[in-house]
Amino acid sequence: MSILINKDSRIMTQGITGKTGQFHTRMCREYANGQECFIAGVNPRKPGENFEGIPIYATVKEAKQATGATVSVIYVPPPFAAAAIDEAVEAELDLVICITEGIPVRDMLLTRYKMLGKKTLLIGPNCPGIITPDEVKIGIMPGYIHKKGRIGVVSRSGTLTYEAVAQLMELGLGQSTCIGIGGDPVNGLKHLDVLKLFNEDDETDAVLMVGEIGGSDEEECARWVKDNMQKPVVGFIAGVTAPPGRRMGHAGAIISGGKGTAQEKIAVMEACGINVTRNPAEMGKLLKSAL
Amino acid sequence: MKVHEYQGKEILRKYGVATPQGTACFSVDEAVTAAEKLGGHLWVVKAQIYAGGRGKGGGVKLARSIDEVRQLAGKILNMTLVTHQTGAKGRIVHRLLIEQGVDTSKEYYVGMVVDRGRQRVCMMASSEGGMDIEQVAVDTPEKIHKVFINPMKGLTDEGADEVINKIGIPDVCAAEARQLLQALYKAFDDTDASLLEINPLTLTTDNHVMALDAKINFDDNALFRHADIVELRDLDEEDPEEIEAAKHDLSYIPLDGNIGCLVNGAGLAMATMDIIKLYGGNPANFLDVGGGATAEKVTEAFKLMLHNPELQAILVNIFGGIMKCDVIAEGVVMAARQVELTVPLIVRLEGTNVALGKEILAESGLPIISADNMADAAKKAVTAAASFSPAG
Repeated sequence: MSILINKDSRIMTQGITGKTGQFHTRMCREYANGQECFIAGVNPRKPGENFEGIPIYATVKEAKQATGATVSVIYVPPPFAAAAIDEAVEAELDLVICITEGIPVRDMLLTRYKMLGKKTLLIGPNCPGIITPDEVKIGIMPGYIHKKGRIGVVSRSGTLTYEAVAQLMELGLGQSTCIGIGGDPVNGLKHLDVLKLFNEDDETDAVLMVGEIGGSDEEECARWVKDNMQKPVVGFIAGVTAPPGRRMGHAGAIISGGKGTAQEKIAVMEACGINVTRNPAEMGKLLKSAL
Repeated sequence: MKVHEYQGKEILRKYGVATPQGTACFSVDEAVTAAEKLGGHLWVVKAQIYAGGRGKGGGVKLARSIDEVRQLAGKILNMTLVTHQTGAKGRIVHRLLIEQGVDTSKEYYVGMVVDRGRQRVCMMASSEGGMDIEQVAVDTPEKIHKVFINPMKGLTDEGADEVINKIGIPDVCAAEARQLLQALYKAFDDTDASLLEINPLTLTTDNHVMALDAKINFDDNALFRHADIVELRDLDEEDPEEIEAAKHDLSYIPLDGNIGCLVNGAGLAMATMDIIKLYGGNPANFLDVGGGATAEKVTEAFKLMLHNPELQAILVNIFGGIMKCDVIAEGVVMAARQVELTVPLIVRLEGTNVALGKEILAESGLPIISADNMADAAKKAVTAAASFSPAG
């Protein structure tokens, strides 16, 4: 099954005419079933035009009605990205993946508030996206490093996820689905939400969970895993050496008020039965040992 | 982004928050003139640096005469103020705030942050004002009260009154306190603040509430819509290397180790620091070159790291996805030539066009130590740094 997306997903791109949107739409289309999956674009100023054969609509709602797309990926610049998410939520899409980095927190607070009680799920913002290998990729990760398999991967960052995937591949372990949930403090799906989905997915045997300093999502997820998860989960937390009070690149990667340290997260995860490696070069090895 | 206390108070006054009268000063003479203009018989001389804990460090003093203002201003201005937030090096005080003294009968704490779990702004308040609030949170968490604010409604009367009752602000000034709390939230919301702290919020002997201090941080991602706030930025208070890094769109944080790291992606950059430590070394910095690392960016990154006199090795760890390894390799070679590298350089490339990238490094003729994976790279960097001795 994989989670959230597969070869039958039908996807629109919000911000398809920008440089980033164009480049990644092209890359995603070239990957596996992408040609069939990416079927619409949205730009309010260019309805009726097309991008390399993909029709462009003025609104998300029109794109959905005309093409049946129920998933959207957003490359809209930060000042307008939250409004783009709002539009996709209003149009009752199933899933929105927001790649955009640098959205003001206040915008995301409002957007998340408006999403309460709505059906749409959000991945991101400030994330690499999601891929179900050999079926479809939505986002900016390099497709070729992945291979279909039975390991779920969830992470807050981009290249560290690629690193994790490469280590799995080295050991011959393919992935069911890999999700980057993003490095912002206010975002959509959390580790916990993704773990729940992996738990119920027939095609996932085990999960590699990669976290980092800041917030307490990993801890909350670990507590849920302890009581509910029926599959092995192993983890790594980046930022053991990060100084407090400093934002480590990601807006959300900050130890503040003594909270959100890597040590604290690792301690809770281990107490909840999740094996955690201190060595980022051994994520794959640890996962394999848990199978 | 941070601002000084006096700038924070200026912003809050626009929203109707009561604060003591005060003037920012850059010299002793200015301080004396300001105190004379303010009048009265009690003044506060306050060091203006971004870090907290100024009072304990000796940067906030009461003056009971103009002479005392002169004396204290002379003492505090240009002093190196060390607080628990400045680190051992401390900060030099370049600005003062001269304020009217206020007769206080009770001090409270009010703060606001974005609560990530609840995805709401959280107003925190305590009857234990003037203290280190992080310590209060540890020792007596029951003394901190929290209200989560609906972003569509703002801080409602009920929400404000709940805070007021819980921390015990007397009824006689409850209405005034409600207005003040609502004004604080409005200011937080309007300015895209990420942190706002009033410590202390004071109850005066004549029963008014007033913000005696103001600490405001702003969301960097929202500065594009606050040109007025960006203007307040005081570059003296920021690390010059971080300012330089930001110019080149690099995310750079100096640390106290000796192995420089250049990595693409924040998560991988942190993980690289961690693995260096794990193998017995010490990272000299966090450095994320981002997704679109060009030869120019890599060169600037090398220059930044080489400013550090402690530097004994550089570890480049790149996972090329969209960014191709051959492009990065060319950038590394160009940068290493341009900056005349004096320390061992360890490079680990993985991802798109990795073979081509490694070939470029090997053929460059530069003494680059190539590594096959992250663990190999970290081990080699730690060994190289340990055995490195600068020429001459």
